[in-house]
Amino acid sequence: MTRLMPVIHIVLLALVIAAPFLLPDYRSSLSALWILIIVALTWDLTGGQMGYNSLGNIFFYGTGMYVAAVITIGMAYNVGEYTDAAGGGIFAFTPTQYFMGFGFGLIGAGLFCAACAFIIGSVTFSLRGPYFAIGTLGVAIAAGELVSNWEWVGGGQGISMPNYPGEQERLFTYFSFATVGVVLYIFLRWLYTTRFAAAMNAIRDDEEKAEAMGIHTLRYKLVAWAIAAFFVGIVGAIEAFQALHFEPLETAYQTINLGIFMVVCVLLGGKGTLWGPIIGAIMFHVFKEITWNYFLGWQWVALGALIVVTVVYFQDGLMGWLMSKKPEWFGIRVESRDTPTAEAAE
Amino acid sequence: MDQILGNIDLLIQFPIVNLKIIIDGVMIGALFALAAYGLALVWGVMNVKNLAQGDFVIAGGYVAWWMTQKGIHPLLGVPAAFIIMWGIGWIIYKLVISRVIERDLFTSLLATFGLAIMMAQILNLMFGSDTQSIDLGYETLHFADGLIDIPISKLIGVCMALSLAAGVIIFMKRSRMGQAIRATAQDARAARVLGIDTEKVYAFTFSLNSAICGAAGAIIVMAWVIQPFYGITYSIRAFVIVTAAGLGNLPGVIAAGLGIGAAEQYGSHIFGIGYQQAIAVLLLLLVLVVRLLIQRRKRQVLQ
Repeated sequence: MTRLMPVIHIVLLALVIAAPFLLPDYRSSLSALWILIIVALTWDLTGGQMGYNSLGNIFFYGTGMYVAAVITIGMAYNVGEYTDAAGGGIFAFTPTQYFMGFGFGLIGAGLFCAACAFIIGSVTFSLRGPYFAIGTLGVAIAAGELVSNWEWVGGGQGISMPNYPGEQERLFTYFSFATVGVVLYIFLRWLYTTRFAAAMNAIRDDEEKAEAMGIHTLRYKLVAWAIAAFFVGIVGAIEAFQALHFEPLETAYQTINLGIFMVVCVLLGGKGTLWGPIIGAIMFHVFKEITWNYFLGWQWVALGALIVVTVVYFQDGLMGWLMSKKPEWFGIRVESRDTPTAEAAE
Repeated sequence: MDQILGNIDLLIQFPIVNLKIIIDGVMIGALFALAAYGLALVWGVMNVKNLAQGDFVIAGGYVAWWMTQKGIHPLLGVPAAFIIMWGIGWIIYKLVISRVIERDLFTSLLATFGLAIMMAQILNLMFGSDTQSIDLGYETLHFADGLIDIPISKLIGVCMALSLAAGVIIFMKRSRMGQAIRATAQDARAARVLGIDTEKVYAFTFSLNSAICGAAGAIIVMAWVIQPFYGITYSIRAFVIVTAAGLGNLPGVIAAGLGIGAAEQYGSHIFGIGYQQAIAVLLLLLVLVVRLLIQRRKRQVLQ
């Protein structure tokens, strides 16, 4: 298995690069899949590995969108005037301005969201279990409501982004998402082998004992959440450029859409594993596309039902189920239950 | 900013406006307290945090609204909503809740969140996304040169809420089932040893909660408005109230409910009606932070 790993990864990378050319009609759908994969992986960083189930990671997504928009527009024009015009005035962007805005917007969004995670986390990480979930949910909903009343960034009307200066817009967004996704995967793959991950797992298993062992738990929790926020902020920023126009409640701080989807993705695939969130995101995306295409009108009911069924009946997810069926695939050795322990000792 | 200062100035110049805001807030707050009492009941008895609480309220409202469309007197909608939501609550308990009781708290939170999305969407598909209300056709009372106006329908609503609350409290104190519910809340295992069928108690408690919410919704639709997606705000308000008051603290729930109703009215008067939802959520964060600081002084965390 371990010898095959490099080969598998090269094949996967080739698939990632080839996918938009093999399926040219599905490019935007593939981009949407990348969003799900990235937010699910980052949710699992705190939810699965550290045991802090946040319902408010969507806050970073929405904030990332707005930070990217403000940076891009702010580098060329006055943001207040731009949003006042609401598309009425002519605000053209040169390709240089666009790509400068794209680059700085992404980095700015990531860093700003990471800083937000530090500030919010220093309060919310004193909440445990369900209180943490409700508290972070509250942060996300409150942020959406406040931004929708903030006229400087367009209020409830939302904000428009410049058009992509070129032909291959879909490919550009796809590869932006794919790059972030691949970097995140490699980063997490490395991170989960370090002592940092061991400390996170210790916090998940028993926070009091972890603290007693001398782990500075708050520091670990903050850094982990900031990493998650950094990547989610970047994804939000790319999505802002792709969406062209977005408004606060339904697109940016979409608490009951993407905010809950990321949790369902992780649960479908399996919490606390590297591949679980990715597989879960693919499963969820396929389910979502099918319901959207064939059960129009009832798609939301189907999604709600999927959430309930996943949580109630299938909470360990695909990876959890595999792990209990085929533990040897995961390098877990199980003593045969038939032989009594006394005999084994002899 | 000027507008906010102007609004505050208005409150100081005309103290009677304060009274109007408080009366408005207390009337809606009574209904918040009702939903929060149901939440505290379920939370205390079976340790399930129900995020679909607000959607039960809205569903009850739609039951009453639908019956009025069919020509039944609106006041009969309240008992009807109570009964129908009892049934729906029982079905939901059997299908979903009974399977998450023994699991960790995040499971029940997420399962009821999924339920909330489903219920809101089903209501949206059945009744459309417009805001709905029932016009009872009663007059409005005016006091203090028309500065304070109280619609009689709101007064009737508050009276019904009070009698429902009184009925539930007496039931919990006096009846055998109420006793069994309280015993289960104290110690489910001991209750089982003493011969209480806790499974039945759980089903009854959840149905009762759903019925209380339904009746509250039926009252809300008579004097205020409902919309399929208003549910989440009612859930959050119920959480604010229970988090502020604590479990099993009935006077606390009532006081917090009325207080939050008044605080929201003040907030939307000062900052503008667009901030009403934001204020409900910010109150939740405020309550969490205050409780956090209290716990921190005891070197504990909120869990």
